[in-house]
Amino acid sequence: MKVSIPTPLLSYTQKSEVEASGASLAEMMHDLDRQFPGIRFRTIDEQDRLRPHVRFFVNGKQVFDLTQPLRETDAVAIVQALSGG
Amino acid sequence: MTHHGEKPASETMPSSDRGMVILVATRKGAWLYHGDARRENWRVDGPHFLGHAIHHLVLDPRDRRTLLAAAKTGHLGPTVFRSTDFGRSWQEAARPPAFAKAPEGGGRAVDHTFWLTPGHAREPDTWYAGTSPQGLFRSEDGGQTWDPFSHINDDAQYRAWMGTVQDGTPDGPKLHSIIVDPRDPAHLYFGMSGGGVHESLDGGKTFAPLVKGLEVVEGFDVADPAFHDPHCLRMCPTDPDRLYQQNHCGIYRLDRPSDTWRRIGKAMPKEVGDIGFPMVVHPRNAQVAWVFPMDGQSVWPRVSPDGKPAAYVTRDGGETWQRLAAGLPATQAWWTVKRQAMGADAADPVGLYFGTTGGELWMSRDEGAQWSCLARHLPEIYAVEVAAT
Repeated sequence: MKVSIPTPLLSYTQKSEVEASGASLAEMMHDLDRQFPGIRFRTIDEQDRLRPHVRFFVNGKQVFDLTQPLRETDAVAIVQALSGG
Repeated sequence: MTHHGEKPASETMPSSDRGMVILVATRKGAWLYHGDARRENWRVDGPHFLGHAIHHLVLDPRDRRTLLAAAKTGHLGPTVFRSTDFGRSWQEAARPPAFAKAPEGGGRAVDHTFWLTPGHAREPDTWYAGTSPQGLFRSEDGGQTWDPFSHINDDAQYRAWMGTVQDGTPDGPKLHSIIVDPRDPAHLYFGMSGGGVHESLDGGKTFAPLVKGLEVVEGFDVADPAFHDPHCLRMCPTDPDRLYQQNHCGIYRLDRPSDTWRRIGKAMPKEVGDIGFPMVVHPRNAQVAWVFPMDGQSVWPRVSPDGKPAAYVTRDGGETWQRLAAGLPATQAWWTVKRQAMGADAADPVGLYFGTTGGELWMSRDEGAQWSCLARHLPEIYAVEVAAT
């Protein structure tokens, strides 16, 4: 599936859209981390919680649960909700 | 491996040029100031990791080439970067400090790595890290992978002493001042804000509080480590039995084997007080130490007292203190110096360096007798380390 990468994570992927696979959001993030080591821990903490300001969208709809099932045809977007000074 | 903040080779220092390096960690990136051995000419290299909060940037004194940087951004989780070429390239830790996964949920997550300490000289790839919320971690491969260290991260008693995130400093409770005894790698100290001073004699298998003699805020139980707030601990290189401490409630000294701290800050001028964050010790004389007081009255403004910044030195183990303000702003300077943001080199006379919350880097080539400003307009400075290259 296609995964859209936000600007703060481009140092890992070098491009704003990458391919990843997995039957759930959690599996997809493990696949992303396999391809781009370190990217998962910057977005998901050691208790498997999304970090503050990190949001996932699947086919345009916001998803909060990493167990969310995914299909190969889904479009996933990782978004960083920027705030602060 | 990813290569964050990669710098073009033309901006880096040839390794043959021996001198000093000042490692400046800020709220929005890191800078390296390369100086000659005379400490007269400085060349800036940075920013590295622009936009990252860098809480600590430390050069390994055992090889004089490995740099570790504790980094996070406002939106990305915490990590550690490593360089072996003075920042020309950086590699991210494969496994940064992280708490163990709690099987029942609700476990803690590292917000940021706050403190980095190189391990003992006989353990060349060992590093320690302290985090916020408070956790103790160790790497045995030069900072590439990190594991929780000792029992304290998940120990019920230690968790009670650590308190919640609301019990710590405004930007999160911190484990800091990890000290390794140069005579014995199994002898360790650390401090927690809040949570007290702790010591291990068995390589971290067990830790025990070391808070006797320290004061706490009026009305709290002095016997409970939870109410103790050490800001910075330092061990004297030439006398590892002597520790100095800047605490939330004064300046202290401890001479082992005694387990009772003595408040040496009572000899400070009353109008300045003995509250502050950093503590610096002389590399060769255990009687000499420096502090940088701040206003800890009323609502804790955490600025220089009366807007007049000054370091203070003791040359007699804390019996007397002298003000060192020549060259610093005489008035209307409302910054302060954080606990990691002041350090000394090993030259003779000793050079002192500090960074301010207002983004200025100051130095003295004569042990604080005269200060000069090395850099202005940096982001808020979190840490300043000085090392021979």
